[in-house]
Amino acid sequence: MDTAEPKTASGLWHEIVLDTLKRNEVKLITYVPDRVLTPLIANLHADPYFTTFPTAREEEAVGIVSGAWMGGLRGAVLMQTSGFGTLGNVLASLAVPYQIPLIMIVSERGTLGEFNWGQALVCRTMRPVLDALAVEHHTITRLDELEFILDRSIKQAVATQAPVALILSPLLTGGKVFQK
Amino acid sequence: MSRTPSTSGRASNAKVMNRTDLTRRIVARLKSEEAVIGGIGNTNFDLWSAGRRPQNFYMLGSMGLAFPIALGVAVAQPRRRVIALEGDGSLLMQLGCLTTIAATAPKNLTLIVMDNGIYQITGGQPTPAAAASDIVAVARGCGLESAWASDEEDFERLLDAALSAARPQLIAARIDAQPGAGATDRDPVQIRERFMRGLGVRAAP
Repeated sequence: MDTAEPKTASGLWHEIVLDTLKRNEVKLITYVPDRVLTPLIANLHADPYFTTFPTAREEEAVGIVSGAWMGGLRGAVLMQTSGFGTLGNVLASLAVPYQIPLIMIVSERGTLGEFNWGQALVCRTMRPVLDALAVEHHTITRLDELEFILDRSIKQAVATQAPVALILSPLLTGGKVFQK
Repeated sequence: MSRTPSTSGRASNAKVMNRTDLTRRIVARLKSEEAVIGGIGNTNFDLWSAGRRPQNFYMLGSMGLAFPIALGVAVAQPRRRVIALEGDGSLLMQLGCLTTIAATAPKNLTLIVMDNGIYQITGGQPTPAAAASDIVAVARGCGLESAWASDEEDFERLLDAALSAARPQLIAARIDAQPGAGATDRDPVQIRERFMRGLGVRAAP
């Protein structure tokens, strides 16, 4: 079985994410790849509105969009749960204290059918880290709520100069499915 | 000068210089509101003590992210020259960023590594690169144009060339173990706000 487009939410999720980023003038996209994010990443690369490129680590991606925002260009970082697990120090020492509206879009692994125990464990560290730093976060499970949550969260991050994490649940994306 | 560690991996013919002096030489050459990103610790302290500029950004944490932050500024403001100052230990935290910078190849980014082979601010312990690794060779292997500065005059010549180059350049300088000549303020929001005003992103109140 492939990484199926989920019956519950259809394949539209990544189109909504791209359109909502564009509508909010989020032009710079840095990412460390993830299987579930593949169609979104491909479409971002294909759309000349966006400057999209991969980085070697998620911290690096955060540094780049933080610098870009200070230079007047809005950006977002795409990553997987395990990548978020590497971000504690950069959130605590750059994004939060410097009041940078860092927009993080996290493809959630580690739950609802995970097959790798390490992914399941690191996933459990994500929300406690976000809560410990008082970073706004939402877990998006429904297609009909996606645009509202994403659009309002980007606007709030910019208006309040605070980071936000938008966690894309397997309920929304279908997640990564075990393959023998 | 007395505690410079062995440098078998580094350009053996490069003069051991002083970061405070080199940083002042850099700042003295900036005439066009160039953005400067200072890495954590002594790199920052010397940038601060070389004279406040509204186009300077000082990191108070996020070790290793001076180059990525500078890349972001360079992408956002392609007409402004951007210079990043980083220590060798800090760069080792985020070596992968050299590949990202080589691949994106902004036309306005200059990278400077102050290499004394030690984690100076934590007590002068040698870095893992100090014994056998060459930062310039690493940068070249990542696809960047890079050179060791052989002395102060060579450093200024390399800097001038980098500031008019159309590809990112990495200049490495061997430095001694002298501490920075001051210390930055510790107010992240003020640092960030001044920097954004210096870049013309925000108007002064």
